[in-house]
Amino acid sequence: MTSSLIVYLIAIPLFSSAILLLAGRKANKWGHLLGTLASASSFGVGAYLFTQMLAQPVEERAMTQKLFTWINVGSFNVDASLLLDQLSICFVLLITGVGTLIHIYSISYMSHDLDRRRFFAYLNLFIAAMLLLVLGDSYLNLYVGWEGVGLASYLLIGFWNQKPTYATAAKKAFVMNRVGDLGLSLAIMIAFASMGTVSFAGIEEAAPKTSTTTLTAIGIMLLIAAAGKSAQFPLQAWLGDAMAGPTPVSALIHAATMVTAGVYLITRSNFIFDAAPTAQLLVVIVGAITLLFGAVIGTAKDDIKKALAASTMSQIGYMTLAAGLGPVGYAFAIMHLLTHGFFKAGMFLGAGSVMHGMNDEVNMRKYGALRKFMPITFITFGLGYLAIIGVPPFAGFYSKDMIIETALNAGGIKGILLGSAALFGAGLTAFYMTRVMILTFTGTKRWDDDAHPHESPILMWLPMAILAIGSVVSGFLFTRGDALVHWLEPVVAAHEHGEHSELLPPIVVSGIALTIVLIGISIAVMMYVRRPVENVAPENVSALTKIVRQDLLQDAANEAIFMRPGQALTKTLIAVDEKVIDGAVHGVGAMAIGSGAGLRKTQTGYVRSYSALILVGAAAIVLGIWVITQ
Amino acid sequence: MVFNSPTLSYSLLAPILIILGGALIGVLIEAFVGKARRPIVQLSVALASLVLALIQVIRIRELSSTTAAMGSVVIDGPGLLFQGAILIIAIISIFLIADQDNFTSSAAALPGSDEERQATQSGTVLTEIYPLTLFAVAGMLLFPVSSDLITLFVALEVLSLPLYLMAGLSRHRRLASQEAALKYFLLGAFSSAFFLFGAAYLYGYAGTVSFAGIHAAVVGGTGNDVILLLGIAFVSIGLLFKVGAVPFHAWSPDVYQGAPTPITGFMAAATKVAAFGAMLRIFYTVLAEAQWQWRPFFMVIAIITMIFGSLVAISQRDVKRMLAYSSIAHAGFLLTGVIALNKAGFEASIYYLFAYGVATVGAFGIVTLVRDSSGEVSDLNRWAGLGKRSPWVASAFAFFLLAFAGIPLTSGFIGKFAIFSAAYESGATAVVIVGVLSSAIAAFFYIRVIVLMFFTDATEDGTSVVIPSILTRLTIFISLAVTVALGVFPAPLLDFIKPLAIFIR
Repeated sequence: MTSSLIVYLIAIPLFSSAILLLAGRKANKWGHLLGTLASASSFGVGAYLFTQMLAQPVEERAMTQKLFTWINVGSFNVDASLLLDQLSICFVLLITGVGTLIHIYSISYMSHDLDRRRFFAYLNLFIAAMLLLVLGDSYLNLYVGWEGVGLASYLLIGFWNQKPTYATAAKKAFVMNRVGDLGLSLAIMIAFASMGTVSFAGIEEAAPKTSTTTLTAIGIMLLIAAAGKSAQFPLQAWLGDAMAGPTPVSALIHAATMVTAGVYLITRSNFIFDAAPTAQLLVVIVGAITLLFGAVIGTAKDDIKKALAASTMSQIGYMTLAAGLGPVGYAFAIMHLLTHGFFKAGMFLGAGSVMHGMNDEVNMRKYGALRKFMPITFITFGLGYLAIIGVPPFAGFYSKDMIIETALNAGGIKGILLGSAALFGAGLTAFYMTRVMILTFTGTKRWDDDAHPHESPILMWLPMAILAIGSVVSGFLFTRGDALVHWLEPVVAAHEHGEHSELLPPIVVSGIALTIVLIGISIAVMMYVRRPVENVAPENVSALTKIVRQDLLQDAANEAIFMRPGQALTKTLIAVDEKVIDGAVHGVGAMAIGSGAGLRKTQTGYVRSYSALILVGAAAIVLGIWVITQ
Repeated sequence: MVFNSPTLSYSLLAPILIILGGALIGVLIEAFVGKARRPIVQLSVALASLVLALIQVIRIRELSSTTAAMGSVVIDGPGLLFQGAILIIAIISIFLIADQDNFTSSAAALPGSDEERQATQSGTVLTEIYPLTLFAVAGMLLFPVSSDLITLFVALEVLSLPLYLMAGLSRHRRLASQEAALKYFLLGAFSSAFFLFGAAYLYGYAGTVSFAGIHAAVVGGTGNDVILLLGIAFVSIGLLFKVGAVPFHAWSPDVYQGAPTPITGFMAAATKVAAFGAMLRIFYTVLAEAQWQWRPFFMVIAIITMIFGSLVAISQRDVKRMLAYSSIAHAGFLLTGVIALNKAGFEASIYYLFAYGVATVGAFGIVTLVRDSSGEVSDLNRWAGLGKRSPWVASAFAFFLLAFAGIPLTSGFIGKFAIFSAAYESGATAVVIVGVLSSAIAAFFYIRVIVLMFFTDATEDGTSVVIPSILTRLTIFISLAVTVALGVFPAPLLDFIKPLAIFIR
């Protein structure tokens, strides 16, 4: 089926972004309204297309739209085409829906910022790029969106770039993303070189005929790309710093949507990973490491946004883990992605609301007892909290439980290891999220003197409330009658359904998970309710805590492994460049200029020598003719 | 003896006839219209003829005929594409040419004489430039559609003679300009002689001057190969001179530097299209079967041209000379399209010629803007820091340079990519390797200029960018828009070229 509407999903926010950027200060009065309207209209188009899809029989639901022939050189043909299928519509609704809520929230949150219009322009740009990413029908189209969201993310992290540390954070995110982007471009090149196409459909068709080695190489490159964009090990270090951006940005880009692009990429490339077991195993390993890594970092963060960022990293680890578990896992990865989109965005907005009331203070040790002053924020944040730690019947319970079960059932020692990691991660999640709740909303006041906490205005709490409703009901809705699994089946699970033996019955798994969650909560309560909380982080802590506070030394590791050798390499290369390459270039240049009777002397300015040169050229040709005809 | 009057297909020849008509009207205007009104009247007539001719080219795009003028002119898809490209480039250039600051007020006066000073003070402007331009355009239109050697030679002279004159009309540094004009004339005459000499050999080989006849003789293969080879060689020298291939390039740096900048831009862009158009026709149709004889020579010349142009450009300190050597390098890149000798190579060459031509006019348009009290400043050292003072002008120039360098998302990238891949498919691997390497060298000196404009502090010598007149602005804007559009959306033009790019014999 084709539809001519798909392009409007992208065109509306893109056009709005262009207007806002070009109009300049003239648009200050209405810029935020236009931006919000653009996002909402895009959501409207998405919702309409969704109803259209529902009206179609299952096998005809995917819609395409060819925009134009983009590149047509020799054997390299790429159309700019859009593909809206069951997988992309999930993302479209998430991006535009959550995006619109966050636009509304930002109207109020950014109302004192002189550059609010520019902020909305970037948000619209992000929406357009992200939609292009999930709607492209080939890796090359996806790549354009991929780079677009990277740009929008860079611009928004550094939105307050008058602070040098924020500008540095933006740069860090950009550079680490480049490493991932390189992976994506290499994957595209390998795919084109071996299969002669870059479209999803073309590669899916060609994959069975391609060698496993090639597919593994493509898979690993795609994994690197996913790790960069989704802050997965070992490219995770930028996410914490990205919290420098305004909080709505953290909610939209660095929690709900952009950072999940890696999971989308892996799910979309299911035909590659299913045929490349080694790459798939690496995906699982990366997911498992990251889910623990993020959770551990989360336990020691005092900055509320960084604690949530660590949690995001960990939750995306769950999604990556699920996506790596093959056909059975893709749907659960996407389900957790969607529920996470609700509760994590809601909690980030809650954190923004708290900061709004507390003079932009982010240190949780200076919060406390905010429950009474911000009741709505407390309730919405609390519902998100219950969802993320996986308490039934909240959304996270369903989606995380599915992932834990799938991991346990992966078979053999692998299943036990992965299952244990996922369960342990759930316990850690319960611990650090309870810690966040306790430090922020309960206990004693530890505020600075000039803090006057108050509830946020309606434009801010309304989106939070809507997202909280999503955090409550979405899990139930997705799993009722396996709705989401069946919905996604045509895209991701069209392959053989390998029946896995169940290691433990589901009810037992849920029981174990809940027990571990309870243990996590109890430890947090013991540590932070029973004992008074200091408003500066204590220094006499174990070496382990210190290491965790330094993000498990991720920056130190990057410096030791990449930066210093990199600097040494750069110095060497500069030396080589100056001595050898410049020498050669200058030498060649000098040869051109100064080789005496050579080239330069031909340019004497005298007509007689020019004509002599022509004559010599003619003579050389005649000589050549004489030689070959002899 | 019975004299038969020639049968002419006027509608097919109309583009050329319209331009010639416009030129003749221009001559009459010089004689009968008052001085004050002349510039605007001349510009209108010139522009109207160019636009009318372009419309006529578009109208007849589906038609083709080998007998438009008794077998002397062939009208086909490629011919019309070349004519269209020449006309578009001429339209863009005419706005730049209309900016009279660049031309001397009285070409006949001795440089530095009282007569010259009086003419300048009285505000006289030189309007002969318009009919001269139109005559040159008429020659260029005829050049790629000629289908016998005599017509080809006539077209060559019709396009060349006005250009010799126009090169000498610079307002500033008139002596250098006149010297350039004289050099161009003498060397042009020299190479024309070679061309004629070669034409005589080809006649001796085939017994006819018509392309169809020569082609039949080549296919038949009964003639003397040495005579054919000498004919090809000498005709090629005439053509290679026009495109500025090494070792027949020596005129171009001097002429590019000396000629008034708008003329340099027009000449660099339009002459290349016309000359390569004729060259592609001859080597793709007439001499395709003799490729084993001429391709090796062309490969050597292409390789020398690319390397020489790129290397020598590095050491240039003058922006116009740098662009001249860059144009030599580009002639080398375009020669790979001739060598490719396949349909892909031909389409790529057309695309490349158009993209390069438009960007060239734009780049020279910007050169006219950078001035000090005594006129244009082409010394590159004094362009330092331009990006800080005039960010828009510097950015536009930077963009043209990136297009010349063939950076992705500019028209130059698509052109280079297409032309090199076509040459690679045809098996000319060595040429492609040299081409890519010299592209890399060329990128070095283009980007060096960008670094100079944006990252070097300005020297204190009062170089400034004049506020461009509306006409110059139009030229730069159109060129920029086309260059961006062709870089981002190359497909429409490539698709447009594809079905038309078939020569008929």
